[in-house]
Amino acid sequence: MKHLLTTQGLSKDDAILLLDTSAQMATTQSRENKKLPTLRGRTVVNLFYEDSTRTRISFETAAKRLSADVINFSAKGSSVSKGESLKDTALTLHAMGADAVVVRHSASGAAHQLAHAGWLDAGVLNAGDGMHQHPTQALLDAFTIRRHLVGNVGEDGRGTDTSAGADLSGLRVAIVGDVLHSRVARSNVYLLRTLGAEVTLVAPPTLVPVGVETWPCRVSYHLDETLEQWQPDAVMMLRVQRERMSGGSGSFFPSPMEYSRKFGFDARRLAVLPDHSIVMHPGPMNRGLEISAAAADHPRSVIVEQVANGVAVRMAALYLLLSGTDETSTDERNTL
Amino acid sequence: MSAPATTTYVLRGVRPYGTDPADVVLADGVVAAIGASGTVELPDGAAEVRAEGHVLLPGLVDLHTHLREPGREDAETVFSGTRAAAAGGFTAVHAMANTTPTQDTAGVVEQVYRLGQEAGWVDVHPVGAVTVGLGGERLAELGAMADSAAHVRVFSDDGKCVHDPVLMRRALEYVKAFDGVVAQHAQEPRLTEGAQMNEGVVSAQIGLTGWPAVAEESIIARDVLLAEHVGSRLHVCHLSTAGSVEIIRWAKGRGIDVTAEVTPHHLVLTDDLARDYDPVFKVNPPLRTAKDVEAVRAGLADGTIDIVATDHAPHPVEDKDCEWSSAAFGMTGLETALSVVQQTMVDTGRMTWADVARVLSENPARIGRIDGNHGGSRTAGQGRPIAVGEPANLTLVDPSATRTIDGRSQVTASDNTPFAGMELPGRVVATFLRGRATVLGGEVVDRTAVDGPAADGKTLEGVTR
Repeated sequence: MKHLLTTQGLSKDDAILLLDTSAQMATTQSRENKKLPTLRGRTVVNLFYEDSTRTRISFETAAKRLSADVINFSAKGSSVSKGESLKDTALTLHAMGADAVVVRHSASGAAHQLAHAGWLDAGVLNAGDGMHQHPTQALLDAFTIRRHLVGNVGEDGRGTDTSAGADLSGLRVAIVGDVLHSRVARSNVYLLRTLGAEVTLVAPPTLVPVGVETWPCRVSYHLDETLEQWQPDAVMMLRVQRERMSGGSGSFFPSPMEYSRKFGFDARRLAVLPDHSIVMHPGPMNRGLEISAAAADHPRSVIVEQVANGVAVRMAALYLLLSGTDETSTDERNTL
Repeated sequence: MSAPATTTYVLRGVRPYGTDPADVVLADGVVAAIGASGTVELPDGAAEVRAEGHVLLPGLVDLHTHLREPGREDAETVFSGTRAAAAGGFTAVHAMANTTPTQDTAGVVEQVYRLGQEAGWVDVHPVGAVTVGLGGERLAELGAMADSAAHVRVFSDDGKCVHDPVLMRRALEYVKAFDGVVAQHAQEPRLTEGAQMNEGVVSAQIGLTGWPAVAEESIIARDVLLAEHVGSRLHVCHLSTAGSVEIIRWAKGRGIDVTAEVTPHHLVLTDDLARDYDPVFKVNPPLRTAKDVEAVRAGLADGTIDIVATDHAPHPVEDKDCEWSSAAFGMTGLETALSVVQQTMVDTGRMTWADVARVLSENPARIGRIDGNHGGSRTAGQGRPIAVGEPANLTLVDPSATRTIDGRSQVTASDNTPFAGMELPGRVVATFLRGRATVLGGEVVDRTAVDGPAADGKTLEGVTR
């Protein structure tokens, strides 16, 4: 595994390897000494062109727990804000000897270009590119779903995860909200389907992309109908940006109140679901818009645990990317 | 500026419009004689071009070229762009108005026209902007540009759409006074805010903001109805969708005076090429689907689409060597256009070489009013028949040749070709501008090398003198 750029085309074997490795990483994180020597001497660069404190900290924590040297390179306060091109930044990182680059960028495809344009030979880990993909978010979501709905860790998440090697066959996941602009939705649709789950996207028609018909999922315009009739095992709420409703290129929905009434998740809608179901959100939440406080803080909400699992999943991804680079089989493992 | 006496050429065994072989004599800027193959005597001092089996076409005319000068000489100049045009078999190009300053006054169009004459590779006909600074708010001085030495007949805000329906109506009406045409860049601006590529299956997967077909089709539908209402001539630039072809077909059936163009790249490339985020495939209008490619080919074959125009859009490397969303729109096309048309239309049996002459020479010359049938400037005389007494604006192509495209070895000053690494059929062997060879033996030739008797001792392939 040289790069992790997208979940589309990720094989089921690789996906399960990532989840199983994440589970092993998670176990080490309950120890008193959380640090592993695995990536000592390796350099991981966090290249963040978009503000994202939580994702950057998650990657930084993951790399440091694996004993890698971490360099944070953010668009603010660096040459990027003075107009250095992505190519020149890449050449700089290459010259500095980065082993892996974790990149967050507002342009779809930026991670793909870093990996394939010939600017640098480090492993590239996509931490979110435009509206395209955010593969570690989908992996942490799948990991969280598997622990709870296959591994039976219990409502508090503290039980033993017995799901090693398992996929998500037979599970139903509803992804609700702004699918059109969401890299989280795109990453999850492909990964969850690869792992055997069924996915239904729920959104107003304005927030579903033209061309969605080729995605391996179903689409519904009605949240209540989907919850009542389809009975999903997990409901994943997507962040909705308030500016989507205003003028300009907006007008995606008439008002926050109407959006909340039709697509917001609350305790009433939670009550319709099966007892084992879980509530998810990639964060940061707009409480009162796409999710109510009562739902977000409900015992069946795993939103905080998703954050913790994010560290384990990113440790696994960094480990699998960097531990393989000394082996001749790197190319055979192919690009994810 | 009087034309220097030119070499007399005897083209041996060429096939005019792809028909039976003949010998064609070019002298004093015109086609002097046409005889059965092998029968024409070589006059004293004449150069003989052995061209058995090569196809002779009227010199190609591009209705849609970006020469970038003035303003972006780092991408292309009138000299480098017209040299590339000659290499691609063209004898005339229409230089689009989106220069800096904009070609929206008599002064700027005359400057470009003069630069074209000085360069001498092809006839340069500047396109005038429809609105001041392409701003879409006030009409530019269309009459002044029409009356200028540049003799402008084609007006376009290309790159921007004349989206205000009232302004479009006025422009269509106004240019009737001097037999002008408005060439519309059909792109509804609100439907394409931030748009990066064709809206469809691929954009949905790779997360680039979509550019819906309807943004093009709705403007074309509006414009053909406006043209009908005011009885004006309308030209539709680079249409790219199956729906656009249908609307043009409908409009022509209704008798509306509309012409339409397609680019070479829209005849062959699809939006699937965006999957690797290589901005060399980023273009306006965007590459569409295989279904659209088939529709524009069918439209070109049945005459719904009148012409192929390159939309040659050179860009410096840095404007393409970046994130897709930051990259410039456009691709070069002058040196690959004829090959793409051969590959997609001739080699597939959908068009003859006579049809190629129609869509790449005769029709664009007529739309631009440089075919000598509408009065016009001193350099009119493009897209004419290959016949004795006609201006010797000619292109000689070897259809059996193949070549692998390499951006860096193109004559244009920019590298951005979407065909890099692809093998395309056909090669321009010679181009003649009023009897003077601008390309000979497949190489562009400077005036001194042509007019002096092989002074540099260089032997050009297939040429003896």
